[in-house]
Amino acid sequence: MSELTLTIIRFGLLVLLWVFVFSVVGVLRGDIYGTRVVPRSPQRRDRRADRTAQRTAQRPDERGADRPAPAPRQRRRDTSRVPTSLTVVEGPLRGTSLPLRDAGVLIGRNPECALVLDDDYASGRHARIYRGDDGWYVEDLGSTNGTYLGSHRLTAAQRVEAGSVLRIGKTAVELRK
Amino acid sequence: MTTISSYRPRKGRNVELVLLLLAVAIVLLAYLNVGLAVNDAFPPGLLTHGLGLLVIALAFHLLLRWRASYADPLLLPIVTLLNGLGLVMIYRLDLAHGRDLAQGLALKQLTWSALAVAIAAVVLVVLRDHRQLRRYTYTAAAVGFALLVLPLVPGLGRTVYGSRIWIGLGPFSFQPGEVAKIVLAVFFAGYLVQTRDALSLAGRKVLGLTLPRARDLGPILVAWLASVGVLVFEKDLGSSLLFFGLFVAMLYVATERKSWIAIGLLLFCGGAYVAYLLFGHVQQRVLLWLHTFSPEALHVSDQLARGLMGMANGGLLGTGLGRGRPDLTYFAESDFIVPSFGEEIGLFGLFALFMLYVLLVERGMRTALGVRDGFGKLLAAGLSFSVALQCFVVVGGVTRVIPLTGLTMPFLSYGGSSLLANWSLVALLLRISDHARRPVPEPGEAGPTSTGEARTEVVRMR
Repeated sequence: MSELTLTIIRFGLLVLLWVFVFSVVGVLRGDIYGTRVVPRSPQRRDRRADRTAQRTAQRPDERGADRPAPAPRQRRRDTSRVPTSLTVVEGPLRGTSLPLRDAGVLIGRNPECALVLDDDYASGRHARIYRGDDGWYVEDLGSTNGTYLGSHRLTAAQRVEAGSVLRIGKTAVELRK
Repeated sequence: MTTISSYRPRKGRNVELVLLLLAVAIVLLAYLNVGLAVNDAFPPGLLTHGLGLLVIALAFHLLLRWRASYADPLLLPIVTLLNGLGLVMIYRLDLAHGRDLAQGLALKQLTWSALAVAIAAVVLVVLRDHRQLRRYTYTAAAVGFALLVLPLVPGLGRTVYGSRIWIGLGPFSFQPGEVAKIVLAVFFAGYLVQTRDALSLAGRKVLGLTLPRARDLGPILVAWLASVGVLVFEKDLGSSLLFFGLFVAMLYVATERKSWIAIGLLLFCGGAYVAYLLFGHVQQRVLLWLHTFSPEALHVSDQLARGLMGMANGGLLGTGLGRGRPDLTYFAESDFIVPSFGEEIGLFGLFALFMLYVLLVERGMRTALGVRDGFGKLLAAGLSFSVALQCFVVVGGVTRVIPLTGLTMPFLSYGGSSLLANWSLVALLLRISDHARRPVPEPGEAGPTSTGEARTEVVRMR
């Protein structure tokens, strides 16, 4: 076998070794798994979220069947009351917003949750919002301190609409369109 | 102030298959290179040996698809490549020593590799959940320390070139320290996950380090005494450093306190210095390390000097496989396999090998980050750290960073016990990574009322 072939094989081997190393590194780049941490700047505050939260907090008992007609702007927004996202309106995470996914949104202190609460009054897996047959439902997952929809403590899964406010410990979460 | 969302991880089994084929191709190219350079002909067993390696690797790959489908896709290709390249180098040294395939070390190593892969497969099949190991914490402690002192038992232990880290049973010899590494990692993980709260309690703060209280120093002192005992009675700095370093690293991972590292390093350096002053064999090792080319050192052993000369001969790109003279060094196929590679594939190739080890350890550490239980975290971190430390001890020894010791390079070096232990270690890492990457099932997936109205049931946890 000629010396040239041998040299080619010899350098080819070195090159292939590094090709292997770099393809492993390439897989590493595409193979991030686990959890994604999104930092939230503390300055950015959702003012509209604050106002809505105050409104709903002041009038918790108006969420019954015979409540007065809401403001016109509110009504236009409520034509279809299917929520698409949830926003934290009170508590340390205020301003955080998450889309509602069909897989459901888990809320609690466990890092696995979609919304991770840093709150001593929240349980590891506190509550869950999921899509039912005719809309979105919220369900308390046996938490210690309970999940409140308005002022009512959840005992079974309950349907939620855009504008509903859930209260978990010190955190209030509003569902939005 | 952060939101955390989970990715749905990819299984990556197809990526693993592609990388596995690439790894086998690289090994075959290296094999071809050796045959062409030494005998000027295609190696006679290229097809059969290549197929053999391919079958072993694919069998393990299929096992992963079956039993651990979310396991890390990079571990298997990396260790397959390292093991295969080690085989090629051992075959090449067989040719240089004039041993043919039947009586050479390469065939033995290939048999050991097959056995090691089989045992790793058994580990993976039997151990469905790494948390089962936690039940055997104190059994592991007993077994681990028994394995450590086994070479000291008269009649069983063998002194090989000054170090007493081998046991011999008839024709078989075995280095129990390799297995002890895994067993002790299980013990440390189980022990520290229980006691870490006590060990990380605040103490006094000195120079920015929070020192532990005096009564919390007990465990580290016991580990230190054990490692000094290994150094003094088994005369092996490498094993001693490996066990103590493993304990200190896991202590640090468990408690997040940097002061443990400082205390550990101080204790180890102090112990090693006292051992240097008291024992002749330690002084000899230090002489070989600091004055390698002096006449006194060369009179004792010129092994280290020959290894260094070999690497210098290889230079940046190496002489090419089969074209150097790594066979001039004793133990070129086990302790000195790194200089053998350095001579023949050069610094350029050697660093590719080191990168493979770095990536292997990185995957282990990533597994430790990803897994959700504390025991698994500590175990994965400890196992991958032990691989990293062992590589440091071996490479540091042959490049005169630290005194030379008799440890083996994981997967590359010739040696059955080393292969068996390290393949099992990788099987454990694969099992833990399968748990780390497997998505958590959502509660109440079945329907809106499933948790509310479901009957209470007795659940079997495994």
